[in-house]
Amino acid sequence: MTTYIIRRLIQSVIVFFLITILVFLVMRLLPGDPIYMIISKAASETATEMQLDKIRHEYGLDRNMAVQYLDWLGGVFRGDFGVSILTNMDVREEIFRRLPRTLHLGILALIFSFFLGIPAGVISAVRRGTWIDTIVTSLANIGITIPVFWLAVVLMYAFALKLHWLPVFGYTSPFTDFWENTRQIIMPVFCLAVTTIAGVARQARSSMLEVMSQDYVRTAWSKGLSERRVIFKHGLKNGLIPIMVFLGLGLSVIVGGSVLIETVFAIPGMGMLAVTAMGNSDYPVIQGVVLVFAIMVLMTNLLVDLSYGWLDPRVQYR
Amino acid sequence: MVEGIGISSENETPPRVSELRRFSRVFLGRGLVVFGMIVILIFLILAIFANQIAPYDPLKRNLDEVLQQPNAKHLLGTDQIGRDTLSRLIHGARISLIVGVMVVTIAGGFGVVLGAISGYFGGVIGAIIMRLMDTLMTIPMMILALAISALLGGGLKNVVIALGVGLIPGYARMMTSQVLVAKETDYVMAGRSMGATNARLLIRHIVPNCFSPILVMVTMMMGTTILAEAGLSFIGIGITPPTPAWGSMVTDGRNFLLSNPMLSIAPGVAIMLLVFSFNMVGDGLRDALDPRLRGII
Repeated sequence: MTTYIIRRLIQSVIVFFLITILVFLVMRLLPGDPIYMIISKAASETATEMQLDKIRHEYGLDRNMAVQYLDWLGGVFRGDFGVSILTNMDVREEIFRRLPRTLHLGILALIFSFFLGIPAGVISAVRRGTWIDTIVTSLANIGITIPVFWLAVVLMYAFALKLHWLPVFGYTSPFTDFWENTRQIIMPVFCLAVTTIAGVARQARSSMLEVMSQDYVRTAWSKGLSERRVIFKHGLKNGLIPIMVFLGLGLSVIVGGSVLIETVFAIPGMGMLAVTAMGNSDYPVIQGVVLVFAIMVLMTNLLVDLSYGWLDPRVQYR
Repeated sequence: MVEGIGISSENETPPRVSELRRFSRVFLGRGLVVFGMIVILIFLILAIFANQIAPYDPLKRNLDEVLQQPNAKHLLGTDQIGRDTLSRLIHGARISLIVGVMVVTIAGGFGVVLGAISGYFGGVIGAIIMRLMDTLMTIPMMILALAISALLGGGLKNVVIALGVGLIPGYARMMTSQVLVAKETDYVMAGRSMGATNARLLIRHIVPNCFSPILVMVTMMMGTTILAEAGLSFIGIGITPPTPAWGSMVTDGRNFLLSNPMLSIAPGVAIMLLVFSFNMVGDGLRDALDPRLRGII
């Protein structure tokens, strides 16, 4: 177990540094000039070559790449992500202001995915071939297919514009007005969760089907245990392990979805920040968003893998 | 599948026919798979012959007929500058399929090569490739595509690159695990003992044997790619207007939801139909090609 943990930790550290190198290099290989990390393209066109050289020297862009990388990495560790070209705001502050909103929606969506997806998948596996199975499988197939941004637009049309049950868009802090916040986030959270609910249900179904055909489950049946005991004690306990892998994947899907959903519902979170930054070539912000999201996924995957190794000792010997 | 042929010829049964027959029985025996194949075929025809099939020019403005509801002249209505929605939808199929095929082929090519190298040679090279793939995988596909588009700008070529990079690790990982198993098989051992070079073993024996999982993955990834491309176009960084892409059609229609909801609804339905079809065909292929299910279904 210890070797497994150490190996996974070392791998994660390597991947962490690779992420930073990748992000750094990609931003330095900007078509044009890394000076765009500091001033906008428009401003660089009006400045004289001397002024540009002065900025390059001030920010150390004329130094060796490796030195620049280490310098930048040191900044990242201190939480220095640079300054937004567009708003002149500190990128770290901007991210910390917006991250809680994205996490609020994202974590709710993840919770829904597991609490709805697992029971649906398990029921359809246990009642394989019945009408319940047909319904769950069909819904899951539709869920992984539906374009979430389109679903958001359609829901907005139906429930906000036509029926007036829910507000069209916006985001109020739950601490200011909890009820208003709840009404505002119903549609975004549902849209974010749809793909992962379906994904979890499909995964739960197939892993339960596999577990239920194992020898120890047959033994449990032949001992005369009740169906409930066989399913919950023997089936579910083992069947749930592979579903955990979905936590990292689900986070990745939800983070990606937040880009689309926050745009539709005008929620000032990380996704919207990324889209605005991208539209304005605000490279320091894009860099910060990519780093924060990648590290979140990396940490989640590490935690999942470690608990996976703990729950299913066979994994460690792979 | 070559594996299967080897086994069945030992049992002295006519091999290739039974294998093919089993495949088509499982594959075409499912209503949803057949449905998917038909839908994909229809969209392919629409995409190839878009110019002939579309009733109007998808870019032609007609300010006398703006925001029309579906009617006999415009089956799906018109948008805010009088362009025919159905025609734009038909031309949009072209973009979705072109992006899908290009992304899946390019990412597949890189992924298969990287995966094969990492699985076959292992060691330091394998570890380097796998850590690189892990790194790419930690960045959510949509965010990665967003960042790459920010650097390169929009347009067909850049969308293909932005989406393709994110799909490479999936292929590479699948390929690595396939090759790890394949290189221990008897036929590879036999080949090696007869003095076959590494390159020959890889290209002639191992990679062709991984054909089925690659095919399944390619089909599944078509759906993923089409969805992601639509998402990028939706936030306005994919295919540049006025070229009709399904994702940007949904965006355009958002401002006219109350006057003509069909503008946003129709392209979404098209995306769903096509992605659903690729997923169903992928599921069907997976089950029909899975050697473990041989004899069960």
